[in-house]
Amino acid sequence: MTDMQEIDLSQDETLQSIKHLVSERALRGETMLLNMGPQHPSTHGVLRLLLELDGEIVVNCIPDIGFLHTGIEKNMEAKTYQKAEVMTDRIDYLNNMGGNLTYCLAVEKLVDLDVPPRAQGIRVILAELDRISSHLLWMGTSALDLAAMSVFLYGMREREMIMDIKELVSGARMMTTYIRPGGLWRDVPVEFESAVRNFIKVMPGRLDEYESLLTNNALFKDRTQKIGVIDTEQCIHWGITGPVMRATGRPFDIRKAEPYSGYDQYDFEIPTATSGDIYGRYLVRMDEMRQSVRIIQQALDMLPYGPVRSNNRKFVPPPRSELSTSMEAVIHHFKLWTEGFSAPKGSVTASTESPRGRLSILIEGNGGPQPQRVFYRGNSFPNLQIMPLLSKGHFVADIVGIIGSVDIVLGDCDR
Amino acid sequence: MNEKLQPVVSALTARPGFRSEEFRGEVTLFVPAEQIVDTCRLLRDEFHFDMLVAETAVDYWPKLEPRFHVVYLLYSFASNANLNLRAPLDGNAPHLPTIEGIYPNANWYERELWDMFGIRFDGHSDLRRILMPAEWEGHPLRKDYPLGYEEVQFSFNHKEVDSKKPYARE
Amino acid sequence: MGIETKLGNMGVATTTLEQAVNWARTNSMWPMLFGLACCAIEMMAAQAANYDMSRFGMELMRASPRQSDLMIVAGRVSRKMAPVLRRLYDQMPDPKWVVAMGDCASCTGVFNNYALVQGVDEVVPVDVYVAGCPPRPEALIHGIITLHEKVRGEKLQRWAAK
Repeated sequence: MTDMQEIDLSQDETLQSIKHLVSERALRGETMLLNMGPQHPSTHGVLRLLLELDGEIVVNCIPDIGFLHTGIEKNMEAKTYQKAEVMTDRIDYLNNMGGNLTYCLAVEKLVDLDVPPRAQGIRVILAELDRISSHLLWMGTSALDLAAMSVFLYGMREREMIMDIKELVSGARMMTTYIRPGGLWRDVPVEFESAVRNFIKVMPGRLDEYESLLTNNALFKDRTQKIGVIDTEQCIHWGITGPVMRATGRPFDIRKAEPYSGYDQYDFEIPTATSGDIYGRYLVRMDEMRQSVRIIQQALDMLPYGPVRSNNRKFVPPPRSELSTSMEAVIHHFKLWTEGFSAPKGSVTASTESPRGRLSILIEGNGGPQPQRVFYRGNSFPNLQIMPLLSKGHFVADIVGIIGSVDIVLGDCDR
Repeated sequence: MNEKLQPVVSALTARPGFRSEEFRGEVTLFVPAEQIVDTCRLLRDEFHFDMLVAETAVDYWPKLEPRFHVVYLLYSFASNANLNLRAPLDGNAPHLPTIEGIYPNANWYERELWDMFGIRFDGHSDLRRILMPAEWEGHPLRKDYPLGYEEVQFSFNHKEVDSKKPYARE
Repeated sequence: MGIETKLGNMGVATTTLEQAVNWARTNSMWPMLFGLACCAIEMMAAQAANYDMSRFGMELMRASPRQSDLMIVAGRVSRKMAPVLRRLYDQMPDPKWVVAMGDCASCTGVFNNYALVQGVDEVVPVDVYVAGCPPRPEALIHGIITLHEKVRGEKLQRWAAK
């Protein structure tokens, strides 16, 4: 028989501590408080929602986060800048390259490091591949929540192709840490170009297949139109960017507003919708995948030859082949891998467009090899804050669709 | 510096106690803690900084004056400009007024700062822990809070570490 | 396998009770949906068409612990989540097995700090540890097959003790 004292019931928020958040009717017993617990098939991770229900209608919805809090920001303060990058893949685990890229942009801004154009082009290709992969998983899981099971299996098909490309380039399917400060870890192998071209040849046809399954499907439209509506003013007040804001009609994208890594060279559009509901967000994300294929096509055609890492040996380790011939290379290698490079005092912020919205990383240096503070601002944190706003007045079954459409990743929220 | 920020910086640095810094093309304004609400209201209404991107803090322990800087990242859609504000706080029981009335976004960010740093926000509607369990003691992101790591188990200390580690038995 | 070698094709097979019960248990083990973080994505990839897990009888991932017998702890377990994990483990009926998938479940991997439980075996007893960050779907399937071999070797005397 298990020892029941091990279970800590005090982590359940009793009515006393949340009295100020629930309405008067709950305290009188007229409405029901239902716990949609951390382990739930459709909460996309460990999210706990306290629903206040009047029959089947949601009166209020109180999110409780922190079940995936990993203390990454404090852990990064204890490591050097290079070693801390390993953790950036794991914060938003559907956008590994995007996390690496944002961190590297911040470090490069802090220590004033240049990046060669070939590395910038490959970074764009990999970041867009990760955007497509994240949207495919979003599509699969949110359609699965609305009981369209075959879309999930179809979506995972292309993800396998993208993971094969990532494995070709770095050796790992997900947590690659391939994008490093100063450029990339090493140049892409010769099969990279044909693998990516094969992927972009196949992708538009597959996207047409997925749209034929869902876009004009009467059941899907019934469950997604006019549900979870938000408008642009509310998005700005609550700090939400990304597909949620673009579905309200505002074409705001960091890739166009503050271009990074050479995005101003490529020609692409920002898809928008006007309804602001789940269906609008679905249309925006499907269109974004098409635009990503367009960007990858252009980046691959315009990719220049050249080095993929900066030559500044104070910050970028030398290639291993130089170690047997040059003494300075050995000294640089030794100093960089034992002590790490030192960053000046001051703080910088780097922002990129992740599949969820605006991703900003703030790094403050203190003159030493370890950062003073690394702050990761992902878009899932404000996205969860508006859950009460989006879900008032809808049925319990709609909550599932709303969580799926907002596309939260709990690692991004709790860090 | 972005030219659109120049009028903002000149208007605000004219006040006593304010100063500005520029580093790698980004502008930071140092604001005294009591005036943060008025400054944010001015920035939102007159200079159209309508979105609070994030609110976070940095701990400079063992330096105690100031010990914390609360950092506000603001963005303006109209002028496509980013602005950082820093409010220095000192001592061990830091508190400053909440900007939840101006940017409703700040609700959860300030809860996170209370949880992680122990900075109290006067006037906040719902100040309780958000990321750590409700009965946790201590504020983890402060520099005097230990990282709490477990000793690595090599072959020379294998049995020692193993005996101290709690294992679940059924 | 027994007397049927002498009796010919009568449609009868003989075996021991242990072998029959263990065979039934391994071929229809239903996992509980316990994907927490990044390893959950690889678990989903293992369930999908490319590395199909339904050939092992596991395509049905039950959300309710009362209807499942295998808990694959996929991802990092924080201190806030640990009581929930234990409670779900207690709600599973016997016989039950636990696979610690990934480095974070086995030994916390990269994150050696205050917020995570250092290895999920501090909270529940683990049968198979699968290493990797995240482990490839083939590695997870190798772990599941190792668990099947372990279950096939279970003896009658142990059932009474469980």
